[in-house]
This record gives sequence, C-alpha cells and structure tokens, in this order.
Amino acid sequence: MDITLRVNGTTRTGSPEARKTLADFLRDDLNLTGTHVGCEHGVCGACTVVLDGRPVRSCLILAVQAAGSEVTTIEGLAPDGVLGTLQQAMWDSHSFQCGFCTPGFVMQATTFLRAHPDADEQQIRAALSGNICRCTGYQSIIDGVLLAAERARLG
Amino acid sequence: MKLPPFGYEAPKTTSEAVELLAEYLDQASVLAGGKSLVPLLALRLARPAVLIDINGIRELSGVSVTDGQAVIGAMTREYAAEESHAVADTVPLLAAALPLIGHEAIRSRGTIGGSLAHADPAAELPAVARALDAEFVVRGQSGERVIPAAEWFEGYLTTSRRPDELLVQVRFPTAQPGTGVSFQEVARRQGDFAIVGLAVSLSLSDGAISDARLAFAGMSDVPVRATEAEDLLAGERPSAELFDEAARRATEGIDPPADLHGSSEYRKKVGAATVRRGLRAAADNAQERQ
Ligand SMILES: Cc1cc2nc3c(=O)[nH]c(=O)nc-3n(C[C@H](O)[C@H](O)[C@H](O)COP(=O)(O)OP(=O)(O)OC[C@H]3O[C@@H](n4cnc5c(N)ncnc54)[C@H](O)[C@@H]3O)c2cc1C
Ligand code: FES
Ligand code: FES
Repeated sequence: MDITLRVNGTTRTGSPEARKTLADFLRDDLNLTGTHVGCEHGVCGACTVVLDGRPVRSCLILAVQAAGSEVTTIEGLAPDGVLGTLQQAMWDSHSFQCGFCTPGFVMQATTFLRAHPDADEQQIRAALSGNICRCTGYQSIIDGVLLAAERARLG
Repeated sequence: MKLPPFGYEAPKTTSEAVELLAEYLDQASVLAGGKSLVPLLALRLARPAVLIDINGIRELSGVSVTDGQAVIGAMTREYAAEESHAVADTVPLLAAALPLIGHEAIRSRGTIGGSLAHADPAAELPAVARALDAEFVVRGQSGERVIPAAEWFEGYLTTSRRPDELLVQVRFPTAQPGTGVSFQEVARRQGDFAIVGLAVSLSLSDGAISDARLAFAGMSDVPVRATEAEDLLAGERPSAELFDEAARRATEGIDPPADLHGSSEYRKKVGAATVRRGLRAAADNAQERQ
C-alpha cells in the first residue's frame, strides 16, 4: 500500500506490506535505525516514538496506519547533532549503559516533560514505568530526567 | 516476532465496516487500538485472514451525555476518555480506572471499545462496566442490539458479540449526587494487569448507603459482582465493622484462579483487603461529592 507521512519534519513515502509495523518501516524502509525493536509485542518500550504529539509503541502500529501522520523519532531530537536539554542531562548523569533502551526512554521522557515540566520524581517514575532497561537499575535514568527538568526550569 | 500476513481493509464508515464483517465473519478481526490484537498476532495466538481497521471511522469516537447516560463511542481512545471532563463529571468510576490501564504510550492508542470487546478478566474497564451495569450497543447488517453488561461477558476473552457485529458504543449511567467511587488494584508493577482489581460505587443518602456496587477483576474468567456484600451494605450506615463484614461476604463464596502471580488463597485475601479499602475510599469520596 502506498503511504505518505511526515517523519522528523520531512515528507516521506513508501509502500509497506500491511503487516509491516511502523517500527520496521522506520528502520528498514527509511533507514532510521535509532528506533530500537526489543520485544515486538508492546511490553518493553524500546520502540517508542511520538505520533501526532503522543508517545506510542511503534511495534504495535502498522506502518499503513501512520499514513498522513506526523512521526518524531530519536533522530528528530538532535537534527544538527546538537543534543537537546534532556539528552545532555542524561549524558551528564551517565543515564545509560548499553543503549538499547535509550531511544524509547528518551522519546517517552521528552513528551512527558513537555506536558509536565514541573513533574516530581514519583511522577517521572510513573511516566517511565512502561520502559524496560536491563542494565542500569533505572536510578541513573531518573536522575537524568530530574536534572533535565531542573535545567529547563532554570532556563 | 514479525506479524503474519493478513488482508487489510480500512472502512471509513460504520456501515462499510459492518458490510465487511458480514462478508468475512470469523475470518476477520476488528483492529481498534491494536494494543491487545497486535501482540496476539505477533505471538501467533490469533491468525485472522483479514484485519478490519476501524481507526478511520470518525463517527465511532467521542463522548456525549444525554438522559442520564454517558455514551462513549467504541473507538474513543483511553487517553481521550481520561482527559474528558464529561467522563470525569458523569462517570467518575471510569475516570478513576482509566489511569491504571498500562502506560501512557498504551493509552494513547488503546480504545474503550477495544478493551471491552477484548474482555480480559483482569482488565479494569470490564469491572467498571459490570459494576455500573453499562449497556453495549452492537451493530450488524440487520440493525442494532443493546446488550446489558451482565450478558456481555461470557467467558475468558469472550463476549456475546456475534462475528458479524461491530461494537459501536458503550453507555454508562451517570453518577447520582452523593455517589462516591474508588478503583482499587493490586499489581506487581505499575501498569501491569491487576492481580486483583475492584471497582466500587457507593451512593449515600441521609448518611445511609442507598446503592452499593462492587465488581472484581482478576477473580474469575469474567468480571464478577460481589452481590452478597452489596445486599449487606444496602440501607446501612458506613462503618469499619460493616466494611469488614462486607469484605468477608464478598470473598467467601468465590474460588479465584491460581497462576504465577498469586495462589487462589492469596487472591481471596487481597480481594478482601481491596473491599475494605475500596469501601472506605468510596465512602469518603461520596461525602466530598455531596
Ligand atoms: C504493555 C501493555 C500493557 C497493558 N496493560 C493493560 C492494563 O493494565 N489493563 C488493561 O485493561 N489493558 C492493558 N493493556 C491492553 C490495552 O488496554 C488495550 O488497549 C485494550 O485491551 C484493547 O484495546 P485496543 O483498542 O487496543 O483493542 P485492539 O487490540 O485493537 O482489539 C482488541 C480485541 O477487541 C476486538 N475489537 C476491538 N474493537 C472492537 C469493536 N469496536 N467491535 C468489535 N470488536 C472489537 C478486536 O478484534 C480484538 O479482538 C495493555 C497492553 C499493553 C501492550
Ligand atoms: S519493541 Fe515495541 S514495546 Fe518492545
Ligand atoms: S542501558 Fe542497556 S538496556 Fe538500558
């Protein structure tokens, strides 16, 4: 099926099979391999992207369903190679180890902080509870998001 | 795993969707939010020949309040209902349950109709629908049927919807003044399905309980009402002793399932605790809303 959508501000087209997920379409057809695929059934959060302003699991959406939508992936957060506030804060906090879960956490935390700039630690933990990390034990990730929230508040 | 091959239809109207259902019958699966169906496809637990994607049918989304009922379109997304003032004002029990479903990235796509058509016995919304005696409106080529919640849930992931019927809306009665609600849930991790969940709605009038509704999730292959506890509560004044007795009666005659999340005995104990907590919270909430 022929589809047209916007990805990271650019119009993209493709002809995925109906069974191709948005995650695989981004990775295989558009070469945007920053979006990771872990469990492929909705439970790990690694494939989280932003679809029309909301975080979604791209492994549970068919690519054909994203026709006409606006998608933001991890590649869209630092288009010129300059890290955003959240990414820099996570870097400074040594938030991640192997990096497999990273794109999912960053996309989820980005949309959450945008909607809830004053979130406290408990709210941040709840917001990230759907993302699984097998390396860190989570504390460093939470620290990074808290640091980003603080830096954003200070301007 | 990658999804198996399937045909794909994306009707734009309810009547087109109903025509497609009549054509494919049980060869087809309706695709709403995909939060339950797509994992089932990935795990090869469902192998429909065709998906009928109803995401493009505008008339199936939205909330309207008329004649003592909140009418919620089947395709209304869980996040949209969660953010709806109409839902918060008229069906506070639904509003209390919605944030407990999975995670934000699940609720941004999952739908009210999808959760209720899927009928997972551990899910929150089936317990809410059963507690409030919601009505299910299904449409087939021969017209509409209205099915009461007591007849909707037939078994594990099974409803009384026929293969040629589409769930189009769910109607919840609006809460009367003096009604307090609570949704209690015990799960291992935030966002998991409930090991035990309990939907409670308690109406107070002149300090006495005029209407008590309790429905468990996770206690059987369908959501179940705790009718013995409800009968005990009706007409009484809220007290700790009364709620203790209600907890005993609610869990006395049931035989909950055992699985790796908890034994049957454990579920009964947790069930009793959720009844005590839920009644206390709903009574406090009723006082606030009076
Ligand atoms: C990680 C994760 C965690 C989750 N946690 C929870 C949780 O804690 N609690 C909970 O309740 N749910 C949970 N869910 C499931 C989620 O709430 C789903 O959104 C919901 O169960 C199904 O809704 P859906 O719109 O996605 O339906 P779909 O997956 O699209 O459909 C589900 C089933 O219903 C049928 N169907 C859908 N709409 C209709 C219709 N209008 N008419 C007829 N048949 C229809 C489909 O054919 C399919 O069989 C979770 C899911 C994931 C992936
Ligand atoms: S790959 Fe999508 S949630 Fe795990
Ligand atoms: S850093 Fe390795 S999975 Fe999270």
